[in-house]
Amino acid sequence: MDCWREGDVTEALLEIEGLTKRFGGVVASDTITLAVPTGELHAIIGPNGAGKTTLIGELAGEIAPDAGRIRFDGGDITALPTWRRTALGLARSFQITSLFPDFTALDNVALAVQARSGHSFRFWRDARQETGLRAPAQAALARVGLAERAHVLVSKLSHGEHRQLEIAMALATSPRMLLLDEPMAGMGPEESARMVGTLRALKQSLTILLIEHDMETVFALADRISVLVYGRLIASGAPAEIRANAEVRRAYLGEEEEARHG
Amino acid sequence: MTAWLSVRNVVVAALLTFLVLVPVLSSFTGNLFLMTLFTRIVILAIAASSLNLILGYGGMVSFGHAVYLGLGGYAVGILAYEGIGSAFVQWPVALLVCALVALIVGALCLRTRGVYFIMITLAFAQLVYYFGVGLDRYGADDGLTIYRKSQFPGLLDLSNRAQFYYLCLLLLMATIHVTWRLVNSRFGLVIQGARSNDRRMQAIGFPTYRYRLVAFVIAGTICGLAGALLANHTAFVSPATMHWTRSGDLIVMVVLGGMGSSFGPLIGAVTLLVLEEALPVLIRIITFPFIGQMAFRVAEYWQIVLGPLFLLVVLFARGGIHGLLARGRRD
Amino acid sequence: MLLLFLEQCLNGLQFGLLLFLLAAGLTLVFGIMDLVNLAHGSLYMVGAYFAATFAAWTGSFVAAAVLALAATLVVGMAVEVIALRPLYGRDHLDHVLGTFGLILFFNELVRIIWGPAGLSLTLPAWLNTAVPVLPGLFYPTYRIAIIAVALAVALFLYILVMRTRLGMLIRAGASNREMIGALGINIKLLSTLVFGLGAALAGLAGLMQAPIQTVQIGMGENILILAFVVIIIGGIGSIRGAFIAAILVGLIDTIGRAFLPDLLRLVLSSRGASTVAPALSSMLIYLIMTVVLVARPQGLFPVANK
Repeated sequence: MDCWREGDVTEALLEIEGLTKRFGGVVASDTITLAVPTGELHAIIGPNGAGKTTLIGELAGEIAPDAGRIRFDGGDITALPTWRRTALGLARSFQITSLFPDFTALDNVALAVQARSGHSFRFWRDARQETGLRAPAQAALARVGLAERAHVLVSKLSHGEHRQLEIAMALATSPRMLLLDEPMAGMGPEESARMVGTLRALKQSLTILLIEHDMETVFALADRISVLVYGRLIASGAPAEIRANAEVRRAYLGEEEEARHG
Repeated sequence: MTAWLSVRNVVVAALLTFLVLVPVLSSFTGNLFLMTLFTRIVILAIAASSLNLILGYGGMVSFGHAVYLGLGGYAVGILAYEGIGSAFVQWPVALLVCALVALIVGALCLRTRGVYFIMITLAFAQLVYYFGVGLDRYGADDGLTIYRKSQFPGLLDLSNRAQFYYLCLLLLMATIHVTWRLVNSRFGLVIQGARSNDRRMQAIGFPTYRYRLVAFVIAGTICGLAGALLANHTAFVSPATMHWTRSGDLIVMVVLGGMGSSFGPLIGAVTLLVLEEALPVLIRIITFPFIGQMAFRVAEYWQIVLGPLFLLVVLFARGGIHGLLARGRRD
Repeated sequence: MLLLFLEQCLNGLQFGLLLFLLAAGLTLVFGIMDLVNLAHGSLYMVGAYFAATFAAWTGSFVAAAVLALAATLVVGMAVEVIALRPLYGRDHLDHVLGTFGLILFFNELVRIIWGPAGLSLTLPAWLNTAVPVLPGLFYPTYRIAIIAVALAVALFLYILVMRTRLGMLIRAGASNREMIGALGINIKLLSTLVFGLGAALAGLAGLMQAPIQTVQIGMGENILILAFVVIIIGGIGSIRGAFIAAILVGLIDTIGRAFLPDLLRLVLSSRGASTVAPALSSMLIYLIMTVVLVARPQGLFPVANK
């Protein structure tokens, strides 16, 4: 499947080639091939069990694919561990909130900044006094609208604020590309609207691969959409094309319609 | 201002004052046992503090930490046996050996997580223990007597109990301070983060294995120092010092005193050892009027409350004694 | 010489099967209830003590064995209900600490009830015989009985876990407690039963070993660590792995202890060999574990992602 835009000169920031993964008898990823050019917000949609989480796992480096290659910024990252990928500029957020509950919001983000600020074999200075870490962390919090909640323990934040913090953490590593795993999961309408605003602002400066169920968000934000069903990419293109694609309607949007009316 | 007068601060300050005054009290009352007991407490507090670094802050449950007490002790003992009495050789060797062993053991154990990690540290503890048992030349099972304390020619005389005690106390304070700085440094935050959520740490770009390994080595080295001190204190070292149940004792101290707090391990060491001495006497005194001679036997069995007490602390007072003291005060 | 070797092989097999009983109980409890039970060795010890006591009371070894098994089962279930229920869902550190507290408790309790000296259990005459397994090789009947019983239990476990509904629940419970609960099955009862089964296995190992070794406080801990080594080598969560690893560990440990002293005597002085040999034999199995860990950190038969 040709996923290059017509007349596109920019080399893709993220290239996925023939990614395959089997768990026992289940094929979670079926020769997935996809390219995401720099600056694009690419959404991946698909029914539950389609293999979206596996895909993120493979891209982040937590799951080793059985076959295929992943290239980021021209370099092959297929064999690299998670932390190296982050260091190269590929950051992710988690679908199920994964933060440091005993630390404050600022501490959380400052840790992410710390990862990018040289090595951490520093044993003496109080890291919480390092402006070089705290200032960028505060800025990242501001970017997602959590500036006033900086000194609150994560365990005391609301679910929506957790999701915002997830993004802030990923941002603090100064990434070139974000892998967002269902950032809107479990959010109410007000929080969702805020998140959409945040994502729209992020679009200006980052490449984003977004996995989401919320169709309104997806069609509002995405430059291109790919549809994943049973591990296979069955369609990929501009939102309008996807909406019109019959196979997609049958496999996925049809279910969505039923779920909405049923 | 009133923050300074919190329960926890008062208790810690009182404890520290008491510790400083122990030799004075001891000579005043003519009670030598007091100083002997508290020397032992202070030394084990150093060991417990080192364990706190990896257990309390790092979440690594090592059932093999007492190994470093033994290794430090054997370094001193073996060198003394072979005629090398200078502390300036013995103690650095002790630290070096412990650092090396911690590096090797840590490199293997830290590849695993959770249950596996615990089991593997247990197994390695047994390995070193049996190695000690096989040290025929150095006493094997019976242990090695150390006839001369480590020599600090011109500086200190370790056979002077008060001097030795103050040295230990000084080293304890240094350990607590160093640990405190460590856990709040960049390094310490990585360790704490790795305990809290390792997956996330890796996702933001930290190769957590390396940091854990360094923490493991630091902890083992400090414990080796405690081992050298202990060997000087008891003038004896044996494989029993390294048995995994001794590691269990250290864990009890850390948890009981308060994991993840600077003074928790010291509080734990004091509590445990003082209880060991005082509780049987107390029980005997209290129950004697009621059950007469039986009181002696009942007092002997005080240890039975230790197990359930420990379980209760784990279930309901996770922060240990320090946690109870600090309740209400945001740390 | 060959006969001696074969005899040691049989001893190794017997010891290995005993380790398997312990390891199986541990793995079951950990696999199904996600509970790390350090006090598993205490149940082993309790089984041995019960057996020695009941044998003294009833005069019959078999009756003592049955009673001891039942008693350990009851103790196990009581421990689960009283002490372990609050620990579920907590992180493994809490399990380790809590069950470590149980070890302390059981060791003291045993000391109070039975005293610090330890007990012994003598075999009845009809078991204290030897049969010719091979021309020229007489092997103790009792040890053959142990092998037979352990193999039977292994078979029983296999059928239970692989072929029955309960086994299915056990295997499913490992992956999804909530789902099992949602299916209307009483997860609490299931946990108690599984833990009881684990306790019974430990108690069985303890009471079978009682006539061979002295029954004393702390006997559980030493063998528990070996059971851990078995699980590490075999792969956590895998009963099949535990079986193979247990036999391996049993054989290596026994044959090592039997022949290492002689091997060492070729290299070292006699006195040196007699001290170093037992220590080295004890170390042997841990050295092997280290090698396995370096080569295959997940064990020889790892169970796929839990």
